Amino acid sequence: MDIRIQNIRKEFDRFPALHDVSLDIRSGELIALLGPSGSGKTTLLRLIAGLEFPSAGRIHFGDEDASEKSVQERNVGFVFQHYALFKHMTVADNIGFGLRIRPRGSRPSRRDIRRRASELLDLVQLSGLEKRFPAQLSGGQRQRVALARALAIEPKVLLLDEPFGALDAKVRKELRRWLRELHDRTGHTTVFVTHDQEEAMELADRVVVMSQGRIEQIGTADEIYDDPATPFVFSFIGASSTLPVVVTKGTVTLDGQPLSIAAADLPDGPATLYLRPHELEVVAGGDGAITGTVTAARRSAGSRLVEIAVGTARHHLELQLPAETSVVIGQTIAVSPRRWQIYGTGVGPGRSA
Amino acid sequence: MVLDPSLQAGRDRPRKHLRAATTEAPAVRWTLIAIGLLFLAVFLLLPLAAVFYEALRGGVAAYAEAITDPDAMAAIRLTLLIAAISVPCNLVFGLAAAWAVAKFEFKGKSLLVTLIDLPFSVSPVISGLVYILLFGSQSLLGPWLARHGIGIVFAVPGIVLATIFVTFPFIARELIPLMQEQGTGEEEAAISLGASGWKTFLLVTLPNVKWGLLYGVLLCNARAMGEFGAVSVISGHIRGVTNTMPLHVEILYNEYAFSAAFAVASLLALLALLTLVLKTALEWRFADNIVAARGH
Repeated sequence: MDIRIQNIRKEFDRFPALHDVSLDIRSGELIALLGPSGSGKTTLLRLIAGLEFPSAGRIHFGDEDASEKSVQERNVGFVFQHYALFKHMTVADNIGFGLRIRPRGSRPSRRDIRRRASELLDLVQLSGLEKRFPAQLSGGQRQRVALARALAIEPKVLLLDEPFGALDAKVRKELRRWLRELHDRTGHTTVFVTHDQEEAMELADRVVVMSQGRIEQIGTADEIYDDPATPFVFSFIGASSTLPVVVTKGTVTLDGQPLSIAAADLPDGPATLYLRPHELEVVAGGDGAITGTVTAARRSAGSRLVEIAVGTARHHLELQLPAETSVVIGQTIAVSPRRWQIYGTGVGPGRSA
Repeated sequence: MVLDPSLQAGRDRPRKHLRAATTEAPAVRWTLIAIGLLFLAVFLLLPLAAVFYEALRGGVAAYAEAITDPDAMAAIRLTLLIAAISVPCNLVFGLAAAWAVAKFEFKGKSLLVTLIDLPFSVSPVISGLVYILLFGSQSLLGPWLARHGIGIVFAVPGIVLATIFVTFPFIARELIPLMQEQGTGEEEAAISLGASGWKTFLLVTLPNVKWGLLYGVLLCNARAMGEFGAVSVISGHIRGVTNTMPLHVEILYNEYAFSAAFAVASLLALLALLTLVLKTALEWRFADNIVAARGH
């Protein structure tokens, strides 16, 4: 089931939560909505579900216009952040709920509901826990019951709000892999919300990066990481440092010193140079390099993280160097970027070739 | 570095002087417990014992006679009838009000919450008086009601209205914090699975608050049976017709029929004890469910 979101706007009490958001989701795709809190990602998910209605814009499910349809009519499976399992019902009753409440004509028999619940428990690898209450389950088990309950109504679309947010790191990793496998097996069009970039990049076919109610970029993990469309995406995804530079006739200068960075397609004026710690390498000084004094150095697993102060304004720059590199605090160091991105004020990006 | 030598000494003190940060010294502890128990005895247990002692002073036969007196029986029947009408009404009102307040955002919500509390802050006498002002013979509605033969003041409907007014907050007050704490997560889950609003209420909201609801009903019932002030103003004290148990106790007492007064009073006290026993039994029997319903 394709989902087409067209020019959606949403305001809460005149406070805008989403500005003119459009997004096409292909059938069977696994999409992550990624952004910091307050970016509108959960609002977008709830709009797709029909738990909220947009102030303007339309949502299509396949060829159908679903904009006016209630959440009950949309037939979506929604997994809530804190699972929202029915506390007073057993696991089996939780899973069977969506079938049990159907009108008599379309309701499966009690035996069929029970069978479907135990099939789904098999699918989420929780067989034998039918009689348990949610309070008797671990966080990861509750998460999977919530998923089984959402799948029981055979939804066209599966929507997950911060599915792993409340779990510890190890369970999180396991469930992530398991969800990907489950998605590949069942083929549901799936949209999930997360603030964890690693989760989004690892799990999703495409990632939608959001900030302040707008979509910043839509793309695969490679596109988002290697080709960030906006300064926000660059600084939100992965580690980064920035340096204020000036572009004059295609030459980039830092503190009046020209850098060996080409910016032929950028207009003259002040701009910001975005760099990633692991894409900087130490060079033997000289022209065109960025030089600074080491202010801190710490060892982290296989690499050495070094902070340097660049230029007279002592701009902060982070480097990720091989562990073998030995540095001394106060030492002068020259680095050159393998890749970089320059964003002018109000103009599009220029980037390393 | 030690600035104060006494701190140094303190470190070497024997362990028995050490106690948990939230525990008081034994003397303080026992004094506080004694004050608490004394208070309990003087203000709760003693009066309760006095009621039963006075009731049974004239012997069991006199006690039985006082209770089976036609006027007393009529008062008991009326009290049960009032409770049987007003408690279900407040059950519906209280649930609806708590649901609206806890699960929805709307303008005037804080005003509604204040209004729900109004019966608690208003003297019960005034609660009775407003109905006389509204429906009495001097009121605007009075002549019309009289022409159509509808008796509200000095009749059962007036007592029911006053009782409903006085006991209105009990169920709503019990449910609002509970429902607010539970939020709307489970309701959203239910509707996302296709449940209608009514089915969501019946299968998800109601089961989640059933224990709180039951407490509310018990408290509401106890107050409905025991209410004096509001009912006293509006009932007219017509013996055998508009006299409830609390009013009957007062009449008997004013007529110096002390042991009869205490006999009927002991029934009310028994009712209160029964309510407490029921509440405790429910808590004990369903402790696991209650905890499960409150926590995750």
